[in-house]
Amino acid sequence: MSDVILSVKNLSVEFATEDGVVHAVDNVSYEVKRGQTLAIVGESGSGKSVSSLAVMGLVRSNNATVTGEVHFGGQELVGLDPEEVRKLRGLKMAMIFQDPLSALHPFYTIGEQLIEAVQVHEKVSDGDARARVKTMLDRVGIASAEQRMDEYPHQLSGGMRQRVMIAMALINSPELLIADEPTTALDVTVQAQILELLRDLQKEFGTAIVLITHDLGVVADMADDVMVMYGGQAVEQAPVRELFYQPQMPYTWGLLASIPQMHTSSLKLDPIPGTPPSLINLPVGCVFAPRCTHKDLVAGGLCLTTRPDLGAVSDTHASRCHLNEAQRIEIRRSRNIGKVD
Amino acid sequence: MSAPILRVKDLQKHFPVTSGNLFKKQVGEVRAVDGLTFDVYPGETLGLVGESGCGKSTAGRSMLRLLEPTGGSVEFDGQDLLAMGKRQLVSMRREMQMIFQDPYSSLNPRHTIGSIIGAPFDVQGVKPEGGTMKAVQSLMERVGLNPEHYNRYPNEFSGGQRQRIGIARAIALKPKLIVCDEPVSALDVSIQAQVLNLLDDIQKEFGIAYIFVAHDLSVVRHISDRVAVMYLGKIMELTTRDQLYSAPLHPYTHALLSAVPIADPDRERARERIILNGDLPSPSNPPSGCVFSTRCWKATDRCSSEIPVLREISAGHQIACHFPEDRSSATASSTVSGTDFTAN
Repeated sequence: MSDVILSVKNLSVEFATEDGVVHAVDNVSYEVKRGQTLAIVGESGSGKSVSSLAVMGLVRSNNATVTGEVHFGGQELVGLDPEEVRKLRGLKMAMIFQDPLSALHPFYTIGEQLIEAVQVHEKVSDGDARARVKTMLDRVGIASAEQRMDEYPHQLSGGMRQRVMIAMALINSPELLIADEPTTALDVTVQAQILELLRDLQKEFGTAIVLITHDLGVVADMADDVMVMYGGQAVEQAPVRELFYQPQMPYTWGLLASIPQMHTSSLKLDPIPGTPPSLINLPVGCVFAPRCTHKDLVAGGLCLTTRPDLGAVSDTHASRCHLNEAQRIEIRRSRNIGKVD
Repeated sequence: MSAPILRVKDLQKHFPVTSGNLFKKQVGEVRAVDGLTFDVYPGETLGLVGESGCGKSTAGRSMLRLLEPTGGSVEFDGQDLLAMGKRQLVSMRREMQMIFQDPYSSLNPRHTIGSIIGAPFDVQGVKPEGGTMKAVQSLMERVGLNPEHYNRYPNEFSGGQRQRIGIARAIALKPKLIVCDEPVSALDVSIQAQVLNLLDDIQKEFGIAYIFVAHDLSVVRHISDRVAVMYLGKIMELTTRDQLYSAPLHPYTHALLSAVPIADPDRERARERIILNGDLPSPSNPPSGCVFSTRCWKATDRCSSEIPVLREISAGHQIACHFPEDRSSATASSTVSGTDFTAN
């Protein structure tokens, strides 16, 4: 068995709309290893959610085009019969969403929904399925699980609903879990509980996790590898420590400099000027160039005319930027970003 | 220090819980805000922080009488707000403004930006020098909007720009106090930083005091001079920013701070974690004694029977707890050993 459970190559997703073609995801490639966590970071409209929905085979509207390759456990998912993908979903790969209230069905009890998740993939008697559900609910920390199974989603708190979602996602021990902003709707003390739970379950089941988030604190906490997305593209990919301590791309610098830090009372934030690009009308050159404060350092206005490739910085680290290495070190030193020796 | 601009004493806001369709009768009450006492000084930022349902937004609104408080007193600039008649209150609003969380629902979609930002002048009958339009355009310029967009509608602006419009409207009459209710939580990080910097600059320029209501502890740390931590309608701890973040004394503050992930992998993975059990209790049926006692790992019988009052434990440091954390050994994490600590 290979170590890589999910391998995405040149994935693109486009939506044809009345206003033009939306390039939601543009040529994104990444790999996720068994038992590891890849965090996909980006702001709203960066394509981070759509790219994961495409992996799960959930981008199915008539106006959408998905191209590229998605190898999952040795199987190619792009172009596969939707019925076949459906059999994998919930069994081999599962997903949890930001808002557990709208992801759970309001008319069915927690128990009914979880039992269905078992029985849809496996011929199990009602009694056995119920026992399995109870074990799983206990495992995710739901007190008096037996009683909770007969309750409806609205009777649970936000944190409990997210635990139910996690139980449902993991009940068939999938090899891959995609978690789309799983803690964004939760309070910090509850977020801490849920992240702890995900970490424990990952250790126990060896699940690979793709964690989609905008919170760099959560990334620092959970990720092994990180992919930063902007304007539908992967602009930087690196192991987590390299991304935080040797970031190479001006957008990543901007993100790191924009967040107020929890461990110091910094004086001034260093925000990214401007607003994100429209995915219909992407800039010709670097997608980040219109907001980049360093583009004048590159000769000939290259940033505005030519899109930089996702170039290798090291074996494990890639970034999209025309600046040369000396310039990047100089800028990071002057803006005090990451660690510069 | 100068006299406080706002003095809040024992502020309460209770919402009735009713049952029955035709003959409604009150069957209980939600004590959303239950006895807040604090002062705000001119030009400072007081952060009001807590989890959802702790009453921080209700508190912000009750202070300005956007919600009618159930009890207590609010003194603004030496005048009793709660005793004021409607007309007097309206003219008082010139001095105190509000910025809302949702920049989509807080701007009327049928009004142009010019009329939204100019509304405070009309309402208060103020004739700015050079005319309203000129004043509005200079405000737009001040908050980083293009003055030529005077005649555009809110839907033509992004979330960050809309929040700038809300800020321009709030500072139009040069108020002494602005209550900012989660002003950046709907924004992406890069835009959030722009708006935080703008709020900072404006405060320095006009000397406005802010009450900054937020759930994001790192944002509150960044912007506040002093911070009040709320839990279930009460203040648990109130002190200067640096003291609160480096040496919290209330167990809840301690747990809350330890729950926030740090955007630095080495620090993040080495930090102390206190994982609280369970969820926030319902404010309609709060625990007896200390409201935090049901989730506190230090709670004793005394905590569930006797309500701890907010008392000054050292100069400028108030706390409502029978058993404050021991900081005598000076290190921030001395009281809880081990990294994965689960409170029971």
